[in-house]
Amino acid sequence: MRNVKILLSFFLVISFQSLHGAQRIVCASCEYQSISEAIAAAEPGDEVIIKSGVYKEGNIEVNKHLYLIGEGWPVLDGENETEVLTITADCVFVEGLVIRNVGTSYLVDRAGIRVKKTKHFAITNNRLENTFFGIYLEHCKDGTVEGNKVIGQAKEEMSSGNAIHLWYCERVVVENNYVTGHRDGIYFEFVDNGHIEGNISEANLRYGLHFMFSNNDDYTGNVFRQNGAGVAVMFSRNINMWDNLFEYNWGRASYGLLLKEIYDAEIHHNTFRENTLGIYVEGSTRIHYHSNDFDRNGWAIKMSGGCLDNKIHTNNFRYNTFDLAINSPPNNNSFDGNYWSAYTGYDLERDGIGDVPYRPVKLFNYVVNRTPEAMVLLRSLFIDLLNFSEKVSPVFTPANVADNAPRMQAF
Amino acid sequence: MFKILKYTFYDLMRSRWLYIYAAFYLLLSVSLLWLGGSVSKAVISLMNVILVLVPLIATMFGVMYYYNSREFTELLLAQPVRRTHIFFGQYLGVAGSLSLCLMLGLGVPFIFYGIFGSTEIFNFTVLLLVGLALSFIFSAIAFFIALRNENRIKGFGLAILSWLFFAVIYDGMFLLALSLFNDYPLEGFAIGASLFNPIDLSRILVLLKLDISALMGYTGAVFQKFLGTIIGIACSALILLLWVVIPALGIKRIAMRKDF
Repeated sequence: MRNVKILLSFFLVISFQSLHGAQRIVCASCEYQSISEAIAAAEPGDEVIIKSGVYKEGNIEVNKHLYLIGEGWPVLDGENETEVLTITADCVFVEGLVIRNVGTSYLVDRAGIRVKKTKHFAITNNRLENTFFGIYLEHCKDGTVEGNKVIGQAKEEMSSGNAIHLWYCERVVVENNYVTGHRDGIYFEFVDNGHIEGNISEANLRYGLHFMFSNNDDYTGNVFRQNGAGVAVMFSRNINMWDNLFEYNWGRASYGLLLKEIYDAEIHHNTFRENTLGIYVEGSTRIHYHSNDFDRNGWAIKMSGGCLDNKIHTNNFRYNTFDLAINSPPNNNSFDGNYWSAYTGYDLERDGIGDVPYRPVKLFNYVVNRTPEAMVLLRSLFIDLLNFSEKVSPVFTPANVADNAPRMQAF
Repeated sequence: MFKILKYTFYDLMRSRWLYIYAAFYLLLSVSLLWLGGSVSKAVISLMNVILVLVPLIATMFGVMYYYNSREFTELLLAQPVRRTHIFFGQYLGVAGSLSLCLMLGLGVPFIFYGIFGSTEIFNFTVLLLVGLALSFIFSAIAFFIALRNENRIKGFGLAILSWLFFAVIYDGMFLLALSLFNDYPLEGFAIGASLFNPIDLSRILVLLKLDISALMGYTGAVFQKFLGTIIGIACSALILLLWVVIPALGIKRIAMRKDF
């Protein structure tokens, strides 16, 4: 149903594009010298073509159905004082603009491009530099944000905004954007049926992608690299995540993916590479993890209390310092049928499935959970001996956390 | 003293155990570098080996050399040579040749692999320095034990026990203390306790240089804050030095009083 709606909005975009009206050209020596003038004079459905140059016009409001098209990367400069583009009408299309210098404000959330209570919009191939909030959508429906580059210079969380910020939106597609240097790369709050695909989000202070109270969304084919933490999904239902790459989210409080109070999610075909924590799960239920790769993370998965009915299978766990940490002993999560590089069992029947169960929670892991200071002993001979003896005859580690059908070969 | 050091050194250079020791490191680092394909991973794997093996070999070698060269030592004692010169010469000869083996065994493959062009050179240097320090520390302890015990079996036993204590038992007690006093803030204690074991101190020094430090969470941050500073580095270098000086003073004291 969601896809049909996206398709419909796409056709709508096409049909609007074939109905373009007159062209209004803006440049230093053209009929219109300023963008606001051209917008004021334009009829709904007109094209406003902005030639290259620097336009310092403060806040520009687009209050009718228009096509704003930049040619030769015209620069709209906010001079660190105002929001630049505010869109308040339905069916507005913005393309090829450079928007810069919005300036930090502690009183209002200024943005490079703000879209307010509209439907059917498209923000395509723009470049936003040094904008406080990059693209800010509130109460919007059926739009796309595509191919934009949003580059910020955030230094600390409290004085920085989000690159692409959605608040109370429905059916919005965020695609092939590059976002960096903000607080959150992409932020979803109360956004339903959104779709996020092919974005690159790196070096943001807090999260690469952040969901709050958003349901039925999915994200796929994105790269989250070197953010404070890769992706945080909180208080949301039916979020599907596949084909994403979470890498180098490395630091004392970093993780690839944080799940907090999530229900009914699918997480598959993702790669988690060299994160301090691959996935950090808190109070999440009915989540299905399969076909993911966990390579060289500190912890591949760390589960805190209240995680029930999760299924983890067909994943590859390769060379993680710890494969799994769980600090709620009784649980009914299933870990059967994964490949673990640390597995040392044998397979006499040659059916590709190990004959002895693998226990991903090591004794040291259990100790560290109770006494975090014991982490100082990481990689000492004593700890290796301890883990070995526990492996031979498990006493402390939870007996029900085991892979009863570990694979001999990686998938 | 220098002459005795030289003789000890040449004597050891003739023994094939040292060649085996050097060849082992050579083989290990070559295979780790070429199979693993990354300097950082090779450094981590080597760290595991060095922290266990260097103290063990240094202890065994020190004790063995002292007992084996006893006749020669007695001959030297009859000559007009100062006692401290004889024993320090022997000790430095053993520690020096072990260190040379370590340096050659680790250094040559890494130089050919291009460590000088790599960003990991600092980590590798820390690893090498730690290895050298451990060689000196544990051969000093071994000499001290051997000098105190006429009985070879007892000497060997004590030497192995001392290695086992630092490598395994100490950490066990450490962990026990940590979990017993779980309710108290233990960072200060953890730093203190790991400073007093040369193997633990070396391990933490190397780990903090590597990326793994992020895994160590809050405790790691406390350690980094202490050991990452100039004062921390100076402090840990001083403690490693103390671990050489104290057994050496012990050697001196016994050597002066001992009746051969």
